[in-house]
Amino acid sequence: MGIFIDAFRDGLAMLASGAADVWTIVLVSIQVSGMAVLLALVLGIPAGFVLGTKRFVGRRFMLIIANTGMGLPPVVVGLVVAMLLSRRGPFGSLELLYSQPAMVIAQLVIALPIVAAVSAAAVSAVPRELRLQARSLGASPLQEAFMTLKEARMGLIAAVAAGFGSIISEVGAVTMVGGNLAGKTRVMTTAIVQYTRMGDYGPALALAAVLMGMVLIVNILLARVQSSAERYEA
Amino acid sequence: MRDRSVRPALWRMGVIALAVVLTFSLVGCAKDDTEATNTAPAPVEKTKIVLASTTSTQDSGLFDVLIPAFEKANPEYTVEVIAVGSGEAMKMGENKDADVLLVHSPAAEKAFMEAGFGTERRDVMYNDFVLVGPASDPAGVKSAADLNAVMAALAQGKAPFMTRDDKSGTNAKELKLWTDASVSPTATASAADWYLSTGQGMGETLKITNEKQGYTLADRATFLTSKGALDLVILREGDKALLNQYGVIPVTDATHLDGGVAFMEWITSAEGQKVIGEFGIEKFGEALFTPNAQ
Repeated sequence: MGIFIDAFRDGLAMLASGAADVWTIVLVSIQVSGMAVLLALVLGIPAGFVLGTKRFVGRRFMLIIANTGMGLPPVVVGLVVAMLLSRRGPFGSLELLYSQPAMVIAQLVIALPIVAAVSAAAVSAVPRELRLQARSLGASPLQEAFMTLKEARMGLIAAVAAGFGSIISEVGAVTMVGGNLAGKTRVMTTAIVQYTRMGDYGPALALAAVLMGMVLIVNILLARVQSSAERYEA
Repeated sequence: MRDRSVRPALWRMGVIALAVVLTFSLVGCAKDDTEATNTAPAPVEKTKIVLASTTSTQDSGLFDVLIPAFEKANPEYTVEVIAVGSGEAMKMGENKDADVLLVHSPAAEKAFMEAGFGTERRDVMYNDFVLVGPASDPAGVKSAADLNAVMAALAQGKAPFMTRDDKSGTNAKELKLWTDASVSPTATASAADWYLSTGQGMGETLKITNEKQGYTLADRATFLTSKGALDLVILREGDKALLNQYGVIPVTDATHLDGGVAFMEWITSAEGQKVIGEFGIEKFGEALFTPNAQ
């Protein structure tokens, strides 16, 4: 166990000393994954709403796509995005590979099906009668949609948690399209891999603790939002 | 009506499909088991030795010919290669997670031996480092008089320079080149813009260098192996300071020290050295490593 104690002491000292590098890494992680999850919500919740409430040709097929997308291997996403953005690829002229936008794109592709599928499930659980009633009382389609989303908010919160959790802890795709450049695209997961490769267990363990703490905090916040919503209902 | 009759049918099909998949996976496991019991009473009990080496050696493809040749000559052993940076390879040695090391970081190897972590260190081979960059050579390293002038030209920051920054042998060599030229790249005014730390292996770092159309120091083997996918050329080579010496070190008190020693003996023998000297000729028209065991 000595190996853990030593590493943990080193890591804590490093975090406490406010070593700029470590906190930059944490900040880049939040920036990239925050942006990706925000975009995933903007695109995924409306998509989930349509999939969960409307009846149209191809709906089943799209639901299957979304559900399959939830299990999309991040390395495959990384590979395809890297090929598309590479200098010799179709979007090479944008010079986006190994930059934060490239990471946001990859993380968005990973998170979007999760957000869409989970919100579709949440929205379809809202009783159809409720929507019909709202409409008969004169609600516009937009008002009806907002009411449905409000009813489904528990599930939507779960969608946020699932989406954020899947990308903040992901390492394969962000390495492939981000390149782990210090101060630019180095995030907690890629830094942990690098420090471990270098035999620097201290900073690796410190970042691991921050990463786990962050996932924990996000889930605590979500749980609080959920419970306060429940109180409001009762 | 129709829905009711279709749904259970779909359900049943799903269950059957799942059952089939599970059965196959069980059969798969069972098959593995029988294979394992079949091979167990084989004539030779094989000992697995762990060789910790560097990503650049792995990326060059040398192990793909070297390991089978060793296992053929020493059928009692099988080798598992763990490719990491020289830094972690030596850390693995310290922690006894490896039986033998093949690394290229002379200063760190010396410290490793002095700390008593290795039983012996022998020279094995060398290859050389090359400075690669875009053919347009915006920093003008081609016309520089010597390596020190090259480093000074790079430090002007006209194009990005990728540093692996991972304590690898290649990284150690790069840092030494800056020190020798009395240049501190991180201390330059616009370091954040041009001196970029990738923290990754040679292959990845070359890809990043290619995308940024910048410069990096690479071992020749990895560069030759990956240059087909790169728009980069060798801009500087052959300087004496660019030589890259590899050493083999069996780890003190390793689990399979006998295997580690056997690997060292074989790789420094005439037979092992011959395999090294011929590697790459067929594919690249030139050998990637020069054997130089004493």
